[in-house]
Amino acid sequence: MITSKLLLKSLNNMQAVIAENKEYLTELDAKIGDADHGINMNKGFKAVKAKLEDAGEDSCDKILKTVAMTLISTVGGASGPLYGTAFLKAAGVVEGDSISDENLVEVFSAAIGGVQLRGKAEQGEKTMLDALIPAYNAFKEAIENGEVLEDALGKSVEAAADGVEYTKTIVASKGRASYLGERTLGHQDPGATSSYLLLKALYETVSED
Amino acid sequence: MIGIVVVSHSSKVAEGVVDIARQVSSEAIPIMAAGGTSDGRIGTDAMRIKDAIESVNQGNGVLIFVDLGSAILSAETAIDLLGVDYVEIVDAPLVEGVIASAVQVTITDDIEDIKRVAHESKKMNKI
Repeated sequence: MITSKLLLKSLNNMQAVIAENKEYLTELDAKIGDADHGINMNKGFKAVKAKLEDAGEDSCDKILKTVAMTLISTVGGASGPLYGTAFLKAAGVVEGDSISDENLVEVFSAAIGGVQLRGKAEQGEKTMLDALIPAYNAFKEAIENGEVLEDALGKSVEAAADGVEYTKTIVASKGRASYLGERTLGHQDPGATSSYLLLKALYETVSED
Repeated sequence: MIGIVVVSHSSKVAEGVVDIARQVSSEAIPIMAAGGTSDGRIGTDAMRIKDAIESVNQGNGVLIFVDLGSAILSAETAIDLLGVDYVEIVDAPLVEGVIASAVQVTITDDIEDIKRVAHESKKMNKI
């Protein structure tokens, strides 16, 4: 179970991991995109942190909605509407001051649905979905097998990391990177990488708890 | 009149296109720029687009013109947040499409007719 307190802590840790990896994400994006992913994500999550501190929300749905609206209005690049819609759809399947493990499976599914609705991409197009979909599948399977949240998230993060590696082997067909076609081979996708980092931050927060 | 929202990654581009549209249109039209981010970076902001849609809406519908990439994603997000069905994103070149539509909105309130003119601007021969 993730309480609203743990959710807020996770979001703060997500902000920290994005800030630490700002240059790294931007370098990845410089190779196949427009070299702004780290800068944009850092802007967005810094604003999220400030907004959550001001808002003092204690219900998980309101927290997730605040994250969504802040990312939508502050990121600037495509990752704003993509992650923003993911958090917005996640907020729609949550209620009250905690998220059960089973509910978290729904949250994850709704978030991916949001990314797909907005980005109209499928798995295998060198996008954040290449990290998120395998991460979701691993998480769902682990929870259904009765594993504890920490272990399920651990497996999810491993699957996301594999997904990031996989993006090196495929050609981009969505977004700015698609202009480069074959030249994107060998490069890992910055969006998949930031998705992996966000999941890793969630896992580490839950592990420490 | 049909409202027009101009979305670009650059606030200067969006405002410039609006300036040209106002110049070529024979009367005052409901048009607004929604370019760049609120802190002056290159990018797009769904909230700015949402506010622009609401301010140009006179009840006959609103058309959004975009440059590319996140402009489309942000415009779609703005429409979803509003939850209304009177707004559409037009598949047309930003400058030519907006100019053609800026003239057409003074002639008709038929949104399909304006979209048609905007689409046609895609095939315009320049030389």
